[in-house]
Amino acid sequence: MTRTAKFRVWRGDANDGALKDYNIEVNEGEVVLDVIHRLQATQTPDLAVRWNCKAGKCGSCSAEINGRPRLMCMTRMNTFTDEETITVTPLRAFPVIRDLVTDVSFNYKKALEVPAFSGPANLKPGEYRMEQIDVERSQEFRKCIECFLCQDTCHVIRDHEENKEAFAGPRFFIRLAELDMHPLDTLDRKRAAQEKHGLGMCNITKCCTEVCPEHIRITDNAIIPMKERVVDVKYDPARWLGSKIRRREGL
Amino acid sequence: MTAIERHSFDVVVIGAGGAGLRAAVEARAAGLRTAIICKSLFGKAHTVMAEGGIAAAMGNVNSKDNWQVHFRDTMRGGKFLNNFRMAELHAKEAPDRVWELETWGALFDRTKEGKISQRNFGGHEYPRLAHVGDRTGLELIRTMQQAIVSLQQKDAAEFGDAEARIKVFAETTITEIIKDGDRAAGAFGYVRETGNLILFEAPAIVIAAGGIGKSFKVTSNSWEGTGDGHALALKAGSKLVDMEFVQFHPTGMVWPPSVRGILVTESVRGDGGVLRNSEGRRFMFDYIPEVFKEKYAQSEEEGDRWYADPDNNRRPPELLPRDEVARAINSEVKAGRGSPHGGVFLDVSTRLAPDVIKKKLPSMWHQFKELADVDITTQAMEVGPTCHYVMGGILVDPDTGAAAGVPGLFAAGESAGGMHGSNRLGGNSLSDLLVFGRRAGAGAVAYFQSLGGNVPKVTDASITTASDHALAPLRNPGGENPYTIQADLQQVTNDLVGIIRTKSELEESLGKLKGFRARLANITCPGGSAFNSGWHLALDLENMLLVSDCIAHAALIREESRGGHTREDFPKMSAEWRKVNLVAHVENGEVVVEKQALPEMREELLNLFDVEELAKYMTSEELTRHSKGANA
Repeated sequence: MTRTAKFRVWRGDANDGALKDYNIEVNEGEVVLDVIHRLQATQTPDLAVRWNCKAGKCGSCSAEINGRPRLMCMTRMNTFTDEETITVTPLRAFPVIRDLVTDVSFNYKKALEVPAFSGPANLKPGEYRMEQIDVERSQEFRKCIECFLCQDTCHVIRDHEENKEAFAGPRFFIRLAELDMHPLDTLDRKRAAQEKHGLGMCNITKCCTEVCPEHIRITDNAIIPMKERVVDVKYDPARWLGSKIRRREGL
Repeated sequence: MTAIERHSFDVVVIGAGGAGLRAAVEARAAGLRTAIICKSLFGKAHTVMAEGGIAAAMGNVNSKDNWQVHFRDTMRGGKFLNNFRMAELHAKEAPDRVWELETWGALFDRTKEGKISQRNFGGHEYPRLAHVGDRTGLELIRTMQQAIVSLQQKDAAEFGDAEARIKVFAETTITEIIKDGDRAAGAFGYVRETGNLILFEAPAIVIAAGGIGKSFKVTSNSWEGTGDGHALALKAGSKLVDMEFVQFHPTGMVWPPSVRGILVTESVRGDGGVLRNSEGRRFMFDYIPEVFKEKYAQSEEEGDRWYADPDNNRRPPELLPRDEVARAINSEVKAGRGSPHGGVFLDVSTRLAPDVIKKKLPSMWHQFKELADVDITTQAMEVGPTCHYVMGGILVDPDTGAAAGVPGLFAAGESAGGMHGSNRLGGNSLSDLLVFGRRAGAGAVAYFQSLGGNVPKVTDASITTASDHALAPLRNPGGENPYTIQADLQQVTNDLVGIIRTKSELEESLGKLKGFRARLANITCPGGSAFNSGWHLALDLENMLLVSDCIAHAALIREESRGGHTREDFPKMSAEWRKVNLVAHVENGEVVVEKQALPEMREELLNLFDVEELAKYMTSEELTRHSKGANA
C-alpha cells in the first residue's frame, strides 16, 4: 500500500536555513528514516542526515519530528494520519552543521569530564565478583545508546546556552549514577555530581525520561537517588561533623 | 584546490569499532601518539549491533570448557579452513580480553557465584558467551570508548592536553593509503562535517574498518559496511584471503520491508527459540549434515531435554552453525513452506514465560514491538537469511596482524581474514576483535619502534592524486545518481553471488560487475562538499564494487560447497579444496585470484581431534601423514 506523504524538512547550515516542502512516496511498514532516505535517493541527494544501524541501537538518527525529539528509525509512519504534514528538524539544543545534522561535540566534552571507572587495586582481572542484583541497577543506565535526545530536550540547556558550561545533562547524570552504583567502583561520585556536573540545576521535570528511546528511568532511578545521596553526604549535620572529625569521604 | 588538513602520528587506526579501539589502547599504552579514525560518531561503530555475546572459554558455567574445546569448535565451525594459528591464539587469549573489559568498567551478567555468566550459542559445545542481556556489543563498544576516554583523562592530567597522545577523528573517512616505495606512509581522506580533505602522515597504520555487508541487498550491516578496509588494503598492494566466504545470518527480520535484514540474535535460539515452517514442522531436524550427526539431537524430545540437562542430551539442530541454518531456511522458503512475508517462523513464546523473555531478550522484544508491532512473548517472529559478516579479509600474519605485502600496514577484526575459515561461529566475532585488535596494535608498535629514524615520507604528487580522485564525483557534470548505482549493484550480488551460487550465474555476475566501472566513473553529486551524503556514497561505491568483484571471482574458482560458500553445481565439501586458500590481489586494475596452500596445523593441535573426525575433512594422504606423525 503506497501513498504520498507531505514532509517539511529543515534545510540549511550554521548561517541560514528554512523548512522545505516535499511530497514523497511512503510504503506500508516504513519509518520516518526510510522516507528521508527516499528523499535522498530520488529528490535531493545531498540531504545531510546521520544514521547507522536503523534498528534503534546506535542512537545516530536523532532529530525532532513534529517538534518532538525522536529517533527517526523508531518512528513508524503509521503513527501519523495520511493528511498530516510531518515536519523534521535538527536537534535544537546543539548547533546545526547542515540540514538534519548537528554538532553534538558538547556531549563528548562532558564525557571527558566524568572520571572513568576505577576498580579496586587489590583485584586482578578475572577476580571480580559481583551479584546479578547489584549489577542490574547500573546495567539499566548502560543501556544508554547516546542518542542525546535527553540532552536535547532538557530545558536547563535547550534554550540556555549559558548553562552548558556548568551542566553535564541527563546523559551524564546516568553515567555518574551508573558509576556510583557500580559494586566495585572506588571513587566518590556524589560530591562531584553536585559540585562539578551541575546535578543541582536539574529540577526533575522528567522530560528526559519521557524522550528516552531505551525507556531508561533517568529521573526516578538515577537523578533522584543521586540527589538524595548528595543530600546525605553534603547536608546532614551529623555527617558534616563526622567528616570534619574523621576526614571521612562519601557514604 | 580545497585546503588539506595535515596531521602527523606514530600510529593511525582506521576504524573505531572493537578491534580499532583495542588496537589504539595498545599503541597508546606503549606511549605512541595514536589517531583513531571513525567513519561515524565515536561510539556508533557496527560493533554496537552485536547481541549474543563474547565467546571465551572461561569455564564459569561448565568447568569442562577450556581453550582446546573452544579451538575445536572454531575449527569445526569454519570447516577446517581456518588459519589454525589464529584460531589457537583466539581460543587461548579470549578469556584475558574479557576479564580486562571488567577492569575498564564493563558489567556482564553474573552467575550465582558472582562470576561472569556464559550462555549457549550455535556451534559452541559448552555455555561460553559472556553477555549483557542481548546488548553485548553495546557494552563492548561503550567500555572500549570509556577506556579511550580514561587514557585521555590521564594525558590531560599529565600533559594538560587530553589529546596529547590519543585523538579521535569522528566522521572522517579514509579513501586511500599512501605509500613511500613499498611501505605505508599515510592515510588520506575527508571530514564529513566540513568536506575538507585530510592527510595523516604515519608509518604504522592499522585497518580495522569492519565488513562489506552493503555490497548485498539484504544485510544486517549499516551504511558504513562498504568494505573500505578490504578495498584500501587491496588498492595499497596487499592481499585478501577467503573472500568467497560470506556469512548469511539465518535470522534477519523479513517484515516490515524497511527493517528487512536487521538481525534477530542467535540467543533467541540459544535460549530456546524453535524454527518452524508454514506447516508447523520443526524442519531443522531434516537438515542435520553428516559431519554433525553425532553432535545434535535426533528428536524434538531430546532437543527439548537438552536445555535442562545438557550433559545427557544432545543440543537441538536450531543451534547448528549459521551456514547450515541459513541454507535450511532458504530451502524451506523455496519449497513453498515459508511464512507470509517470505521467511520462516522463529518462536520463543512456546518455551519461555513472557517475563523471562523480556529479561533475557530485552532488545529483541523492544525491536519487534516497536518496529514490526509483533509481541514475541506471545507471537512468532518471521525471519530469513541476511548478509551479516564476511569471513574473508586482509591476509595477515596471525601473531602481529601485519598485512601481506605492505610493511607498516596492519589489520584486525572483520577487515582481516583467516580466523574464521569458511564460517564464523556466533560470539567469536567480539572476541576476535579484542584478541587481534590488541595484537595488531602491538604489531604496529613493534614496527614503529623498529624504524628508528627511517620514517617513510608522503610526497606532494601522491597527495594531488589522492585528492583529485576524491573530488572527482563533485566536479563531474551531468552524470548518474550514486543511489541508483548502489541499488543496481546490490541487485546483481543478490541475484548472482548470493547464498546459493552456480557457475553460469557467477560468470554472468563478473560481466555485469565490469559494467559498473564506467558508471562509477560518471557519477555526479550535486551540492557542496560539506556533509554531502551522495558524495560519500559515490566514494564508498568504488570499495563495494571492488569487494564484490573479489567475492565473485573467488566464488567462481572454488568448486565445492563449504561454510559460507554454497555451489549448486558442486554441492559437496571436497578434501582437496580444504588444502587451498584463495587469495586476491589487484594487478593493473584487475582483480586476480590465485590458489595458495593453507598453512598446515601443528601435530599437537591435530591431536586434539579424533582421527574419525579429521577423516571427514582431510584427504587420505593427509591422514596417513598425521597418523605417522602421531606414532613417531
